[in-house]
Amino acid sequence: MDKKELLELVHTKLKEKFHGSIESAELLYDFPVFVINKEHIHDALSFLKTDSELNFHFLTDLTGFQTPDEKHLGVIYHLHNMSKNFRIRVKTFFAMSNPEIPTAVDIWPAANWMERETYDFYGVKFNGHPNLKRILNVDEMDIYPMRKEYPLEDQSRDDKSDKMFGR
Amino acid sequence: MAKGLIKRTKLEIAKSPAGLEGPGFFASKLEDVIGLARANSLWPLPFATSCCGIEFMATMASNYDMARFGAERLSFSPRQADLLMVMGTIAKKMGPTLRQVYEQMAEPKWVLSVGACASSGGIFDTYSVLQGIDRIIPVDVYVPGCPPRPEQIIEGIMKIQELAKNESFRRRNSDEYKKMLTSYGIE
Repeated sequence: MDKKELLELVHTKLKEKFHGSIESAELLYDFPVFVINKEHIHDALSFLKTDSELNFHFLTDLTGFQTPDEKHLGVIYHLHNMSKNFRIRVKTFFAMSNPEIPTAVDIWPAANWMERETYDFYGVKFNGHPNLKRILNVDEMDIYPMRKEYPLEDQSRDDKSDKMFGR
Repeated sequence: MAKGLIKRTKLEIAKSPAGLEGPGFFASKLEDVIGLARANSLWPLPFATSCCGIEFMATMASNYDMARFGAERLSFSPRQADLLMVMGTIAKKMGPTLRQVYEQMAEPKWVLSVGACASSGGIFDTYSVLQGIDRIIPVDVYVPGCPPRPEQIIEGIMKIQELAKNESFRRRNSDEYKKMLTSYGIE
């Protein structure tokens, strides 16, 4: 089955159950990508895993991202069915003001650490996560460093003033 | 083996401290003798976290051979180490560990900060990296470089040896020293 057929198959199946909540379904960089709205993301993911034909039993990756306009955050799921070699991406977007989304730990236990990492770097709150705390950064950190509103550099350095670089 | 191939190396023995010498006796200050012993038998604790650690391995190995300085006995327990060698990037999350290692070392102790990252954060001016280990523990000698060559690390060791040799007996009990430790929040 080629990518286009896979896209059609998954799209048809999703449309049957979640008609209004699929925002887009397209082939991006030769890869089927679905955008599903936040309200139905958990049900849709659960369906993608439990459906006997699709059976996306493996969560390759889960991470967050911020849109360039700095108004929305997103979460992206890479799903894989190893026996049929089906691979798709599922995205969902939500406003920065309310970065909450249901957890996927109950669907794939592997999501546990990946959601903690996403929380750590983007501040996405995964409702229902069993242990949502920082995983890589120090616990005392009070920013979400991958968001564009926070500077990349360490703010405690005083030897990098513009004066030193002739700016 | 053909004659002439074996080069005779001139061995240099550590110079004895100034003192009064006569047939069968030698009198000197205890401070100097202990300084001499400490300087030539430093037990380093390698705290190697990245590429500077690889340079350190070269420094310990036969080409550069740190054993010549009496420092071949690496101590992987901080309690038996004299010299803490911090080599590599220290992430903020590693900071408390490094500090604990320093606190566990017995006096007298010295700290050698090897490479740009340990000394100042180096190129990693970022939210996750400690901008120099001197923000959490006192440092005696800094070795610059990214990474420094083994010769530079040896130079740093020799500077530490100088410090150990010339250190006053009472320095570690002095108010100044205690004040310095307090400023780092130790003890």
